[in-house]
Amino acid sequence: MKAAVVVFPGINRERDMARALRLVSGKEPAMVWHADTALPAGTDLVVIPGGFSYGDYLRCGAIAARAPIMDAVRAFAQKGGLVLAVCNGFQIACESGLLPGVLMRNAQLRFICRDVYLRVERSDTPFTRGYNGGQVIRVPVAHGEGNYIADGETIARLEGEGRVLFRYSSPDGIVDPNWNHNGAMNGIAGIINDRGNVLGMMPHPENHVEAVMGRTDGRGLFAGLVDHFKAAA
Amino acid sequence: MKARVTVTLKSGILDPQGKAIEGALKTLGVNGVASVRQGKVFDIEIEGSDRAKVEAALKSAAEKLLANTVIENYRIDVSG
Repeated sequence: MKAAVVVFPGINRERDMARALRLVSGKEPAMVWHADTALPAGTDLVVIPGGFSYGDYLRCGAIAARAPIMDAVRAFAQKGGLVLAVCNGFQIACESGLLPGVLMRNAQLRFICRDVYLRVERSDTPFTRGYNGGQVIRVPVAHGEGNYIADGETIARLEGEGRVLFRYSSPDGIVDPNWNHNGAMNGIAGIINDRGNVLGMMPHPENHVEAVMGRTDGRGLFAGLVDHFKAAA
Repeated sequence: MKARVTVTLKSGILDPQGKAIEGALKTLGVNGVASVRQGKVFDIEIEGSDRAKVEAALKSAAEKLLANTVIENYRIDVSG
């Protein structure tokens, strides 16, 4: 699996992401700079990692979404290439039109930095095939603007088409306001686009892939992607 | 020409920051404030004297970058 991690000024999770990709896929990902105009040839997976690109100036991810490399990322997604957008990456994906909706300020206005439980809604996607449908995983979040908002029509489409892949939940997989840390509509933590090739998620699966981190729940996402590309080869 | 682009949240979009400011005003003894919603102001100096062209350029700026039209409205005021 050839992965390319896109780096903007202010991104700070690219090395964690590269490490996770290296550990799980056995292959060093390419690091692609925001001012580049092309992705490496043969890229299978584009990853937009987390951080504070452009200092979150104007709106989170707003300026990164308009950086030169994003034209190449959009073209790649248009052709069906897989894109994994995590945290600031999710914000960038929404701002760049790869995903609908917007991530707004956490409802209780606090930056949340802790482990959360996520219910994996379905396992029949390249991103979640490493899990079982309904499985609960524990991964860290670290965000001040993770409150997923979209208009009624968009939410209805997302839900109706099964495009919500992860929801904030209790350890037993109950989705209710008590376990919704940032107020996101319907407890949405991660969604895919209509073609199912772009995933945006606020939590950080890349930080739970090694035993030394206490949990390895995030490994399944990356392992599933590796399997997806092996099967497709 | 000089212009001011004002970006505000669409009604119906929750504004917890506005609410926090509302609460702080109350704490400060500023009474009777029924609601606060926070927006952004961009003061822009732009070349050209053709008002229509300037407005078109600013509309493009607002649509493409200054406002996220999923959640925000914008207003353009050109002076001079």
